[in-house]
Amino acid sequence: MKNPLDSIWGTIISGLVLTAILFVFVANFLVK
Amino acid sequence: MELVIDRWLHVLAGITWIGLLYYFNLVQAVALPKAKADNTAAGITKHIAPLALLWFRWAALATWLSGAYYLERSGIGLGNAFLLKGAAAPIGIGAWLGTIMLFNVWVLIWPNQKKVLGIVPADDATKAKGARVAFLASRTNTMLSIPMLFFMVAGPHGGHLF
Repeated sequence: MKNPLDSIWGTIISGLVLTAILFVFVANFLVK
Repeated sequence: MELVIDRWLHVLAGITWIGLLYYFNLVQAVALPKAKADNTAAGITKHIAPLALLWFRWAALATWLSGAYYLERSGIGLGNAFLLKGAAAPIGIGAWLGTIMLFNVWVLIWPNQKKVLGIVPADDATKAKGARVAFLASRTNTMLSIPMLFFMVAGPHGGHLF
């Protein structure tokens, strides 16, 4: 599998996915 | 007033840091292989990259220090942020991401770029390995900057999202 960080768009999409995951985590488990 | 000046410095340093990070990733990393192909890379590697890295690494440190000062003095608490406690959790996520990024700058990117740019002596194999490590650390920071900036603006002091 190709490393997504080798391309700019792979990097940006990875950042957006990580943002969504962290948002769900913070909203549901850390901030009540 | 002290906190406003600190926040102001934090944003100024942050723009300098992340602006140069985006320059490295969106411009220099794309242009350098093409410049090497037509033998015009020396202008970038000898004159532009060392100066950009100078501002980049010190702006990273200034951003982190001014951010840590703000967290402590504003009543949020540095400990509360890093322990992701309650309302401090969103900015705490941003602080953690910024801290990982600062580590990448000073421990992975700068020492390896010194070898790649010939600031410290290194053989070709070490330079090639260093270039790959620095590239991936820089791309990791670009990826992390996306959620980091989201959590910087999404906390109670920002858009009231949480």
